[in-house]
Amino acid sequence: MPDTDNLIKTVTPLPDPEAAKEALLKSYPTKVARKRTKHMVVNDPATLSAIQANARTIPGIITQRGCSYAGCKGVVLGPTRDIINITHGPIGCGYYSWLTRRNQTRTESDAEHNYIPYCFSTDMQEQEIVFGGEKKLEAAIQEAYDLFHPKAIAVFATCPVGLIGDDIHQVSKRMKEKLGINVFAFSCEGYRGVSQSAGHHIANNQLFKHVIGRGTTPVEGKFRINLLGEYNIGGDAFVLEDLFERCGITLVSTFSGNSTVDGFERAHMADLNCVMCHRSINYVADMIEKKYGIPWFKVNFIGANSSAKSLRRIAQYFENDELTARTEQVIAEENEKVAAAQSRIRPRCEGKTAMLFVGGSRAHHYQDLFKEIGMKTVAAGYEFAHRDDYEGRRVLPDIKVDADSRNIEEVTVEQDAELYNPRKSADEIAAYEAREFHFNDYDGMMPEMEEGTLSIDDISHHETERLIEMYRPAVFCAGIKEKYAVQKMGVPCKQLHSYDYGGPYAGFQGAINFYEDIDRMVNARAWAFIDPPWKTRTSPKLTASYGDQ
Amino acid sequence: MLPVKEAGTTIAVATQNACKACMPLGACLAYRGVEGAVPFLHGPQGCATYMRRFLIGHFREPMDIACSSFSEETAIFGGSADIHTGLDNVAKAYHPAMIGIATTCLAETIGEDMGLMLHQHAEKNADKASPLVVAASTPSYSGTHADGFHAATCALVNALAETDAAQAGRADVVCFPNMVSPADLRYLKEVLADFGLCHVLLPDYSETLDRPIAGEYERIPKGGVPISAIRGAGAARASVTLGSAFRPGQHPGAALLAKCGVPSLSVGLPVGIRGSDLLFQQLEDLAGKPTPEKHAAERGRLIDTYVDAHKYLYGKRAVVYGEEDLVTGIASFLDEIGVVPVVCASGGRSGGMAEALSATVSMQRGDIQVLEDADFVEIGEAAEAAKADLLIGNSRGFGLSRRLDIPLIRVGMPVHDRIGAQRIQLLGYRGAQALCDRIANAVIARDQERSEPGYMTM
Repeated sequence: MPDTDNLIKTVTPLPDPEAAKEALLKSYPTKVARKRTKHMVVNDPATLSAIQANARTIPGIITQRGCSYAGCKGVVLGPTRDIINITHGPIGCGYYSWLTRRNQTRTESDAEHNYIPYCFSTDMQEQEIVFGGEKKLEAAIQEAYDLFHPKAIAVFATCPVGLIGDDIHQVSKRMKEKLGINVFAFSCEGYRGVSQSAGHHIANNQLFKHVIGRGTTPVEGKFRINLLGEYNIGGDAFVLEDLFERCGITLVSTFSGNSTVDGFERAHMADLNCVMCHRSINYVADMIEKKYGIPWFKVNFIGANSSAKSLRRIAQYFENDELTARTEQVIAEENEKVAAAQSRIRPRCEGKTAMLFVGGSRAHHYQDLFKEIGMKTVAAGYEFAHRDDYEGRRVLPDIKVDADSRNIEEVTVEQDAELYNPRKSADEIAAYEAREFHFNDYDGMMPEMEEGTLSIDDISHHETERLIEMYRPAVFCAGIKEKYAVQKMGVPCKQLHSYDYGGPYAGFQGAINFYEDIDRMVNARAWAFIDPPWKTRTSPKLTASYGDQ
Repeated sequence: MLPVKEAGTTIAVATQNACKACMPLGACLAYRGVEGAVPFLHGPQGCATYMRRFLIGHFREPMDIACSSFSEETAIFGGSADIHTGLDNVAKAYHPAMIGIATTCLAETIGEDMGLMLHQHAEKNADKASPLVVAASTPSYSGTHADGFHAATCALVNALAETDAAQAGRADVVCFPNMVSPADLRYLKEVLADFGLCHVLLPDYSETLDRPIAGEYERIPKGGVPISAIRGAGAARASVTLGSAFRPGQHPGAALLAKCGVPSLSVGLPVGIRGSDLLFQQLEDLAGKPTPEKHAAERGRLIDTYVDAHKYLYGKRAVVYGEEDLVTGIASFLDEIGVVPVVCASGGRSGGMAEALSATVSMQRGDIQVLEDADFVEIGEAAEAAKADLLIGNSRGFGLSRRLDIPLIRVGMPVHDRIGAQRIQLLGYRGAQALCDRIANAVIARDQERSEPGYMTM
């Protein structure tokens, strides 16, 4: 057993949250402070405050956010193995998004294609910027087709494309007619929207318009669902696929992890949509419901308790005794292993604190995992979420539409004349709602956080440093961009975008993996060799200097 | 001259699995080698995020890159307001000595007039002690990350180097080290110091991107070449540039010669004995003294290693890929240890790689293929056709290594799948020593794994 005397100890008592917030803001120039204060809330479950989110990052403030292209090509379309994704633009964007998200896929046979390890780029050169790149794009689509004969080709615009006026949609349409396969494009130039969130929305729209509903081969199975917003990082989707199979649930498609074009095309044949990452995919859930009559509700498969709860909800939806019995059996089997892991690890982690600043749902979902090993989340926030992800969907009507949101298309959806089929009648839905079983809803992160904890949206580098100094968390969860800065301060940083090199963390087995990884991190001997600057101080430092002003 | 396979004969249009990154990435890396500097992208935030992720993953160190966070409105009406706000905020948050700007595709496509904007910015801040601002034009469609690195290095020379008499005698020699690892930069400084040469290494991220853990986060990591030293470079006796794959106007030694009249000496990236001998010869001439005993001994040990390794290595066939100068340097070294560089490939296309290889690779076997502007599909096809035994290059060749079931010896950038990328040594006698050991051991390990009796003596 390592000598833990020198390991980071939780600060007791924790700093006063209002004072901490003040300290974070105090050192900013007045104008910046005025903007940033709206992005920080001291949580009080009794009276929910409004938080500012999805606002443009101030130039020169180092953000962890990505761009619309990253959200569209990298996140939503990236994990589908049989679509060829062509980046139309100079080389950088394609290169940086080549197999870098650690999402996995498994082909069902050797005959099946997997294009995820390939990165196609039109690699635009100066002459194409000047004279236009449509011809090169058209030739690249033809070439990709000749090489692989894929089922579908998707085209992604990078920043210069929108400006030089290449009509990628027209080129795609022409090539779709010529090749007889599905070819469609995404206007996901990096300057659109305020973060990758805009790219998710753009991806959702085009998937809905060009892919979903094209399938005609019926899906077998009694309990057919889609899983939305699960990206199979580190193999998460594999764990969930296994759980569903054991319960007797048929997974029609996952948007998008271990996914295929065929799955997307037949998504309208499911009878339920389960939404995991609300932020990135709720648009598709809404549109499918309107057009095909498939209800959706929020699930969460991060954490053993949440996983059990989500499985039970699915069983309740289908109202079938056999399904319920099998589901309960699976939960019981899994919980036994989970309980053993918890009893082993909880004593080593109990009472320690965590901070999570990541994603558009992970900063919320992962709090459950920490709770299960006795760790408290003292501050959390998203990188690219909107107000509804913090405060719940009830605030949707109050969200102001600004210029950055307005430039993303809102698809008008109507009931499909032939395929619309409400899976549950209005009366049935009402009966569920009466039992506190809610559809089309998400409560958000803030109502579930303890009183006196902090929610901070789009946290900056500066705020991260100060927060760590004041709270000395046992673990900080973020991404690789923050990782080494945080670790230089002597605090372990868990990457929740890519899971460092670990995972899966979804479902019950995933929970066990996560407990073990966190134990390894917070109890690692390496930290004992570092003298953090606060070690010599008696109280947390609540002042900081940001600038001259 | 070795035959060059014409670019794009296999893949006519698209680049599939590129063997190059974009220009501003290299520029940000170069700026990180200036003391007190913060790299700044004029463009959308996604670029900064992608490049930070790439560099942080490679060096496993913090790397802040600020940006002007272009919006759609900026893309249409120009980024003048955003750049002023951005520079002001960086100045306030970081108190940098310098902000190094690299332009992105977007800024260049809309034709941003950086000169004018920076002039306005300087005028606006005339009464304040604001940081120095240096800018390089680095649109991704004009070159690779290596070109961006050289463009930023030249921008630093052009903006800062002075011939002022006050600077005279401050430095004997300016060394432009090329895009090498922090360990190689430290080695170069050691060699120059051992020769007693007062030197300027531009850029120098040997400390900024390989920091000891301090328990405290340094917003701007310590280290880097001081701005005063770059100023003084204009009065040096000579410059030594490592590498030869420079596009027009991007040779830093030539830039310093043009601006300040400092004589420019060039050697290829010194990997292996002959390459290192050329460098040490230049330094002997400049210092007016023989190579210090320590380095002469390292040279001797290196030759001893060549002898130890020759039976394992002779006749092995290697594929080398990456930046052009890296490929040329390593191919020259392979030639010395009897490994045939059957495929020499780069995503770059300065046009000089085949010529440089012809000068250093002595074996004219007719089966050495030079691929310029290549991607990994072309490299893979060539590797397969050439029946290669080894891959030498960055982590992006891992898929190929697995498919062909041959070892990958990781050098260059990115090395995202191993730790210690910042300490990979290539340069000089010491670097060749490390590389020779690694290559020989990769070959031996492979043979040992496959030996049926499980030999413990190889």
